[in-house]
Amino acid sequence: MTDTTHKSAVSTPASRLTLGQVAPWLFAIAFLVLLPFVFKSNAALTIMNQMMITIVFALAYNMLLGQGGMLSFGHAVYLGFGGFMCMHIMNAVEDNGLPLPLPLLPIFGGLFGLGLATIIGSFSTRRAGTVFAMISLGIGELIAACTVIIVVLFGGEEGISGDRTYGLPVFGYEFLQQIEVYYVLGFWTVLSALLMYLFSRTPVGRMANAVRDNPERAEFLGYSARWVRFYSFCASGFFAGVAGAMVAINYEILTEQSMSATQSGVILLVAFLGGVGFFFGPIIGAIVFTLLQSVLSLYTEIWQLYLGALFLATVMFFPGGLAGVLMMHVPVARLGKFGLLVMPYIKTLLPALVSVIGVSALMEIIFHYRHAPPGDEEMTLFWVTFDSHNLLAMLIAFVVAAAGFWVAKRNSGELRNAWHAANTPDGGRA
Amino acid sequence: MDLVVINLIDGLVTGLLLFMLSSGLTLIFSMMGVLNFAHASFYMLGAYFAYQISLYVGFWPGLLIAPLIVGVLGALVERYGLRRVHQYGHVPELIFTFGLALLIEEVVQFIWGKNIVPFDEPELLNFALFSIGGNAIPAYKVFMIFISIGIFLALLYVLTRTRVGMVIQAALSYPRTVEALGHNVPLVFMGVFGVGTALAGVAGVIAGPVLGTFPGMAFLLGSIVFVTIVIGGLGSLWGALVASLLIGWLTTFAATSTFEFASLLTAIGLERPEDLSESYIRDLWTLSLPQIGPILPYILMVLILVFRPFGLFGKRDV
Amino acid sequence: MNAPMSKTAVPALQLEGLRKSFGRTEIIRGVDLSIQRGELHAVIGPNGAGKSTLFNLITGRFAPTSGTVRLHGTDLAGMAPFQINRMGLSRSFQITNIFPKMTVFENVRCSLLWSQGYRYSFWNLVSRSRELNEGADEILEQINLTARRDLPAGVLSYAEQRALEIGITIAGGADVIMLDEPTAGMSHSETDYIVELIRKVTENKTLVMVEHDMGVVFGLADRISVLVYGEIIATGRPEDVRANPKVQEAYLGAALEAEH
Repeated sequence: MTDTTHKSAVSTPASRLTLGQVAPWLFAIAFLVLLPFVFKSNAALTIMNQMMITIVFALAYNMLLGQGGMLSFGHAVYLGFGGFMCMHIMNAVEDNGLPLPLPLLPIFGGLFGLGLATIIGSFSTRRAGTVFAMISLGIGELIAACTVIIVVLFGGEEGISGDRTYGLPVFGYEFLQQIEVYYVLGFWTVLSALLMYLFSRTPVGRMANAVRDNPERAEFLGYSARWVRFYSFCASGFFAGVAGAMVAINYEILTEQSMSATQSGVILLVAFLGGVGFFFGPIIGAIVFTLLQSVLSLYTEIWQLYLGALFLATVMFFPGGLAGVLMMHVPVARLGKFGLLVMPYIKTLLPALVSVIGVSALMEIIFHYRHAPPGDEEMTLFWVTFDSHNLLAMLIAFVVAAAGFWVAKRNSGELRNAWHAANTPDGGRA
Repeated sequence: MDLVVINLIDGLVTGLLLFMLSSGLTLIFSMMGVLNFAHASFYMLGAYFAYQISLYVGFWPGLLIAPLIVGVLGALVERYGLRRVHQYGHVPELIFTFGLALLIEEVVQFIWGKNIVPFDEPELLNFALFSIGGNAIPAYKVFMIFISIGIFLALLYVLTRTRVGMVIQAALSYPRTVEALGHNVPLVFMGVFGVGTALAGVAGVIAGPVLGTFPGMAFLLGSIVFVTIVIGGLGSLWGALVASLLIGWLTTFAATSTFEFASLLTAIGLERPEDLSESYIRDLWTLSLPQIGPILPYILMVLILVFRPFGLFGKRDV
Repeated sequence: MNAPMSKTAVPALQLEGLRKSFGRTEIIRGVDLSIQRGELHAVIGPNGAGKSTLFNLITGRFAPTSGTVRLHGTDLAGMAPFQINRMGLSRSFQITNIFPKMTVFENVRCSLLWSQGYRYSFWNLVSRSRELNEGADEILEQINLTARRDLPAGVLSYAEQRALEIGITIAGGADVIMLDEPTAGMSHSETDYIVELIRKVTENKTLVMVEHDMGVVFGLADRISVLVYGEIIATGRPEDVRANPKVQEAYLGAALEAEH
């Protein structure tokens, strides 16, 4: 701090956009445009559409949790409300011939989400932390329960369905094809992500961070913590509503399930797995979660158990999520010492993976043993078919798990040392 | 009149059950600042453990052993999970307990399956104790009331008459001072967490046979319990008691009432339309109070929050 | 520096009959104090005299039990801290109170936002405003933290965090600055650095400061108030206060008591 003559060279305000700022967005656009040329099947398109909806919703959710420090257990209601209203608009277009092009629907979804968030936020954002979390849970349950009661609005048990193809055609497209829907959703995903990113760079977005870190100090800077939270909440409600409209466009149906507490819990899980500390964290979370969900659920009945364990482990050991783990490596990469880590990683993570496979095999065998119908004692695991009542199978799985764990544990010291070395600048020892 | 008495008894059962959960939750919250989202999951574990034990040795040993196991599990969770997450702050702690609730539900499904398990009240109490206006009151219900009140009195005794209780009370009001006085606060925390979860376990054992023992039971009651402590005022034991009984009676009376909103609409001068499907308020015409009974606690919570943001008995600076 | 002492001017800060009780304990027991514009005023007193409570009453963190606080003649009764701040009063804290996860630069920039009129804007980008960013860099220059600009504030040294705390306090351009023990827990050289800093950044401003280090107090303040058990027993120029036998007796007596 004695170095008063040092003048920072980077302090010129950026009045022009730099390549570094624009490149990630151009890359994302190019990626989304080209993706369907690689994965052409309808199944892949379905997964990708679901992924984009989850990305927008997770980013909206993170405006609360990551940017504003508000933990919500009921954010699905804003998505659901926006979605349901869009279904009504879609039906009005079909019944009354309203001249509305389908791609504009998310604007209305957003506005309805914003409206609901304005009402709820007016009293729920008075306090942060635990109280906010409990209120969000209560409100979420209340509104979710209303879906079954107010049939006019939410269609009761069977939900509200419609047909997206009656809207005003856009350049001749009527959105009959899955691929056309893909590009509509892709457009809204990029636009929403960009707007949410820009929001975080505005005065109120910056103050959301400040209020998250230290609400009291923010008050002594002229900002009411409560109103800062309120504006973040409204913005988050808007983009949740946009995600709801994307659901309406993609599935042409909304049910009570989209507003349920389960949905609200899932989005917390997605955002946290991805990492709430970085803007792009929830994007990673949404991609990984959707893939896990689609792939794992094909192969195992107890995939939610694995997911729960993964989530809890993330909270305990990697509170920064996947994005946090990735960003931990930035200093290493800057020092150019990534090479130091490669071998130790292989030597630790490979046995750890083997151990995880062993544990999951053990779980699958036990699950089959307990819940398979009587007489059905044959099961197939990792392309091997065997008798699940045979103790030998369990024993093998256990030995694999234990051996993998032992090797990983033995090599973890080496990894720790390598990590330390990779994070130490060369100047220190030379 | 008879119906009122029966409702009073039923509401008392529900209310006391809620209080067994909300009291433990409140104790843990006011001492550690942690809202244990998984609290109701420990309640569920109590029910399942007691069921498993009852398969071998019957109901009664389970009433004692199951809460003990749950309490030990709770203490372990505090020691090896929560204490680790504590350094990151209260919101991550809440997320941790949320994840724990998810995991416990999955583990329960993994072990006992998705369907309801046949956990029944003991033969000994499977008879009608007395009847009011032709409605039999099962002995088990009276047993539930006695157990709950017994536990409530025991809790009151421990908190007000014992040394540990004094430390806990002091820690509730002045956490830092107690630490300065040389009490082992981490140990007290672990103990309180264990006892709180054990209480939830007891509630699970006695509620399991009546409300059903199934994987969704935790979430079903859990969200009501959270609403209860928000209504009562976070951190207030008396608030938890009052709110529990209030919600118990509110939901019970609503569930058996015959009130229909149509009569309300008629009273304010509206006429029932011939074709209901054309009316925008058609849901109101067909709605009855029992239908919205389950969401009354949430409506009450919203009203309380709008007019009394800190709950019935809440202190401003909790 | 010379404080304008004209009798007709409205005082920057005026306390009248200020009282505060917590339960049955009365912490502030009727404080009257008038601080002129441009004055550098120090509040001293033994531990537990109620200095921080007095600060919290003035800045709206606590509501007084009775009495009034006026800022430039306006009664502050019932105002929240953020409203008082907008009227031109800014404070620092005894325990460092910054935004630890944000960078040093962001800390300062956030404290400029309201005063530059951005309010709750979501249509401006903070990076696009030359005035905002240059303003923040100027403040960094003033508090000698330019070299730490892009580090998270949480990793700074203690003295640097105290400097940042002062930077955040003065950034908004408030004309009444309140510093709560700015040199607490610092070494001699660090204290000198902070005193220099305070002198530099409070030019043409009103300063109210709670401080334990008598060297700092007597070197900096135009006037001094002595607070003992919630009451001001003397107010005056440093040399008068130092010479006041009542102060010597009460202050030393209480200080000795507090040590036991």
